[in-house]
Amino acid sequence: MAASPLPPPDPRFVLRGTQSAVHALHFFGGAEGQGQPLLLSGSLSGLVHIWSLQTRRAVATLDGHRGQCVTWLHSLPQGHQLLSQGRDLKLCLWDLAEGRNAVVDSMRLESMGFCRSTVLARGQGHWMLAMPGRGSDEVQILEMPSKTSVCTLKPEADAKPGMPMCLELWQAESSPRPLLLAGYEDGSVALWDVSERKVCSRVACHTEPVMGFDFDSQKARGVSGSAEKALAVWSLDEQQALQVCKTHELTNPGIADVKIRPDRKILATAGWDHRVRVFHWRTMKPLAVLSFHSATVHCVAFAANGLLAAGSGDQRISIWSLYPISSDSSTPLSGHVEDTEVGAHALA
Amino acid sequence: MDPALSAVRLTVREAIHTLSSCEDGGRVLSTLGSLRRYLSGAENPALPGEQEEFARVHFSALLRCLVGRLSPGWLGLLPDGQVEELWASFFLEGPADQAFLVLMESVEGAAGPSFRLMKVAQLLARFLSAGRMAAVMEGQCRQVTELASPLLQETLLAEVVGLPDRLGNRLQRENLDAFLPQNYFPLLGEEMMRALQAVVDSLRGGWDCSVSFLSQVLGKACVRGRQKEMLGVLVPRLTTLTQGSCLWQRVCWRLVERVPDRAVEALLTGLVEVAAGPEVLSRLLGNLVMKNKKAQFVVTRKLLFLQYQYSTPMLQSLLGYLATDSQRRPLLVQALKGLLETWGSCSAVRHAPLAQQCYISKAVLICLALLGEAELQDSRDELLTSLMAGVKSRLDSSLPVVRRLGMIVAEVASARLHPEGPPLKFQYEEDELSREMLALAAPRPAADSPLEASPVITPEAAETPGRGSVDGGVPQALPEGSGSDLDSDDELVPYDMSGDQELKRSKAPTYVRDCVEALTSSEDWERWEAALRALEALVIRNPAAAREVSVELAKVLLHLEEKTSVEGFEGLRQRALVAVVVTDPAPVAEYLTSQFYALNFSLRQRMDILDVLTLAAQELSRPGRRPKAPQCDPPGPAPPPGSAVAPAWRAVVEERIRNKTRRFSQGSARRGRDAGANQFSSVAGYFFFPLIQHFDRPLVTFDLLGEDQLVLGRLAHTLGALMYLAVNTTVAVTMGKALLEFVWTLRFHSDAYVRRGLLSAVSSVLLSVPAERLLADLPDELLETRSWLAGECQAPAAWARRVVGGWCSGHRGTGQRRGPRTVTSPPSVHEMVPGGGVGTQLLSSHFGEVLQEDPREGAPMWETVCLFWKILYLL
Repeated sequence: MAASPLPPPDPRFVLRGTQSAVHALHFFGGAEGQGQPLLLSGSLSGLVHIWSLQTRRAVATLDGHRGQCVTWLHSLPQGHQLLSQGRDLKLCLWDLAEGRNAVVDSMRLESMGFCRSTVLARGQGHWMLAMPGRGSDEVQILEMPSKTSVCTLKPEADAKPGMPMCLELWQAESSPRPLLLAGYEDGSVALWDVSERKVCSRVACHTEPVMGFDFDSQKARGVSGSAEKALAVWSLDEQQALQVCKTHELTNPGIADVKIRPDRKILATAGWDHRVRVFHWRTMKPLAVLSFHSATVHCVAFAANGLLAAGSGDQRISIWSLYPISSDSSTPLSGHVEDTEVGAHALA
Repeated sequence: MDPALSAVRLTVREAIHTLSSCEDGGRVLSTLGSLRRYLSGAENPALPGEQEEFARVHFSALLRCLVGRLSPGWLGLLPDGQVEELWASFFLEGPADQAFLVLMESVEGAAGPSFRLMKVAQLLARFLSAGRMAAVMEGQCRQVTELASPLLQETLLAEVVGLPDRLGNRLQRENLDAFLPQNYFPLLGEEMMRALQAVVDSLRGGWDCSVSFLSQVLGKACVRGRQKEMLGVLVPRLTTLTQGSCLWQRVCWRLVERVPDRAVEALLTGLVEVAAGPEVLSRLLGNLVMKNKKAQFVVTRKLLFLQYQYSTPMLQSLLGYLATDSQRRPLLVQALKGLLETWGSCSAVRHAPLAQQCYISKAVLICLALLGEAELQDSRDELLTSLMAGVKSRLDSSLPVVRRLGMIVAEVASARLHPEGPPLKFQYEEDELSREMLALAAPRPAADSPLEASPVITPEAAETPGRGSVDGGVPQALPEGSGSDLDSDDELVPYDMSGDQELKRSKAPTYVRDCVEALTSSEDWERWEAALRALEALVIRNPAAAREVSVELAKVLLHLEEKTSVEGFEGLRQRALVAVVVTDPAPVAEYLTSQFYALNFSLRQRMDILDVLTLAAQELSRPGRRPKAPQCDPPGPAPPPGSAVAPAWRAVVEERIRNKTRRFSQGSARRGRDAGANQFSSVAGYFFFPLIQHFDRPLVTFDLLGEDQLVLGRLAHTLGALMYLAVNTTVAVTMGKALLEFVWTLRFHSDAYVRRGLLSAVSSVLLSVPAERLLADLPDELLETRSWLAGECQAPAAWARRVVGGWCSGHRGTGQRRGPRTVTSPPSVHEMVPGGGVGTQLLSSHFGEVLQEDPREGAPMWETVCLFWKILYLL
């Protein structure tokens, strides 16, 4: 490549107005051909903002966490329902259909940790929820919406992995058994077989707590970031054993969040060094360093159409458009963005 | 036997008579035919006794007669050159030494070019090409028992070696190719090999032989400077032959031993140059250095200490030769002692040429690599003493190369002499020399490594390593990522990620006062570093605020120490200081110059002061101030050439603009320089006079005229630069006067660097002070300087005259000495450019500092020429 590299990109636009640090981001709706998605952001002050990407304004604000930080946002397959997790130890279920914004249900979290919950759709109207449990190293699995506790995943007594830091429920295409990936405080990532309540495999990826990871179920490969100066890429083989493929050294330590784009071409990391880094997912070649924010980037999210959002402690959300998705190759990751009928009109 | 003897005599006498008088072709032919019986190898030969008598007694006489008869008519007696053929056969087949001597005799006897001379010369060429020279030498080798007459051998020796000269003298322009020295001596080498082969053969056969004649020939040829031709042939052959055979080795050693003393040096240098590596040298020389005093002197003194022009591989093989045999190793230890002693001598450091110092340093390193632990320990104290003295005087030197030599040798030597102690480690920049030196210090593998690299090599040896490396080579790992699954992902082109730096936590200060505070009191090193980085820009952006604290800031910066490892600390500090001086020149310069002679400063700080003053003066005198990129190179004695690289994109953009733009104007598009007041003018005095005032008052910690000569040299350069930058100012005349006085007092300084600084100061005076003021206001100083330059610095003056003279006669047609006093109007650039290139290079290399520090980028060349007009006129 003889030509000099492209100059570093600028954000497509910036959303201001949360008036506190942004800790959670989630794209809502807007699968292909359905117009612009909505962006949900959760802030330190406990508010959830709903942003229209067309007008670039907040269209609604949800206040349900009594001024405590919102750490996780997720929309349910039914589309008009939103889950939010807050540091007030509450998990709220919102009904957003037809402009409503009311809490329809809420449940109490048992753990004071920073661990974000995860859900897995299980057929019409049913879903499975994994959240940190009462014991510091436990993960609790619930059947929703009935809130029946399925089981508690507790590591063996001698393992001592510390608290779970991040969770992801998923299901292999070939089998109906739900699996849970969990990143722990000691830097290891474990694969749980939920129905058998046992650890299939566990691998030490980092020496510091795992702060975020994402998993590509098609390639059976995942990437995790931690407080240390490296990203780890690991894979799952036929025997459901995890192994570290490689690590990628970073310039500055600390990764708060990792997300793979739905088309599995690139991934983005949210760095404590105020920068968002973009990598080529297959080769882990660094593609871009997005330096716009002036404080720690807490979260990143990809929309189905390829937009990248990053939320930071400087109270801004930057929206980036890099490496546009070619339409033929976009097969969304399961569990990331679901087909929904919710659009901006639903909230108008 | 008696009758037989007389029979031979009769026959020969009769034949000579016939030959000298007879004009009948048939009789001549039959006479010659009958005489041929006495030559060995003829058909129906005569008795051996007769043959021997003929060869010993009558042959020369017959040959002389034959030569005497040589004329076109005589040779034409019979058709088809039968006579000539027969005539020649006597010379080619008879005893070679006599034939050779007769031929040479007749060549020398000839008065001038003639038919006979040409015939004889051609015959001599045939004689050489037929390989008879080997026979001549062989003959001398065999005569060991018969007590060969020394006189004859002497003559023969002179003739053999002097053949090219003699024939060249005689034949003048008709000389034949075979007699040219570049052809003759290789041939002689070949013949000598054959003679040696014969010697070895006869030794194998149990007959005694002597190689002393060969040694003498070899020695004489070497003395005549023909080592390359002779040894170029002999050494490769002997290298291979001595490899397998003890007999050959002994013959070879004998050959070298018998070389006369006066030829030993020539032979040895030739051998060391040609031989590939210590092993070969050791095989060829044997223990010559132990047997021959002269050889020992040459090897251990002359080649190591005096003849420093030889290459490093040669030095390696020489010292390696000393190291290969246990008998010779004491010599190596002795050589190392001697080398280190010389290396450590203070006067050698000061007066020996740099090349010699390098050579000796290399020799020391090689010796250290070759010697074993025990040998070094035995004489450790002695070696350490000389080493320490040398290191000390080298580190004191003001020449960077000498200092670096000291550092490298000190590091290596202390590691070898003191392996148990903590390793000595200097900081020096790596360059070609230092890498080469360090490579020398690494112990060499046991194998004869230079042999493999050298061109003289046996074919098998050349083949083997090559094949081995092909077979044993590890296949290169395929570059990662070139996997088979090529998909469309490759279109993802990365963005520029150069901005991805380590995150600095603290924010840079925004005010100059904040910086001062952060630099003085902060324990937060990130803040400290950020303040240092921000300072220059802040000072430039807000001069008013900077002026309020300028002296305080200068003080802080001057005393600033690098407490944490900050990248580019020196440059940051220097640039900040320069910015402060430029913002508020008078008070800060006053402060800095006063501190230059203050008590408690290190030399480094004092030199920093000088650098800062120069850079600031340069900045101030620059028309259109504020360069795009601040200077970062200190004006040291040797700034790296070509450090400023124009950005590529600018060239591209300008090229594009030029292509797309049409200009409607005549003449060149060159823009004139922006005019502007020289801001240095009003403050030059603050910079200059305090510096020049106190140099002769030593302090306890600082003695410019004593051992701090490096700073003195720097000071001279700085004063010269300040003088140069003060061009066209009113104060320049006073400054010039002071500077010339300064130069006058120091003109006999012992340090070269100081003297160079003085020269540069003088030239900047000549450049900056207008000529009429120069002559009117400071005639005395000028006369003094002139007499000094004329007397002490003959070389540069003569050089200047030559350069300028050449330029004048070449380009302006005004070669006369009494040119115009000053060049009032600059010649146009077109006139200057053609001759300018080389001249400017020379100028800048000689008066380096002034011109390199030239602040007005690309100063008009006519100024430098003007300088030399002045020198020329004044001298």
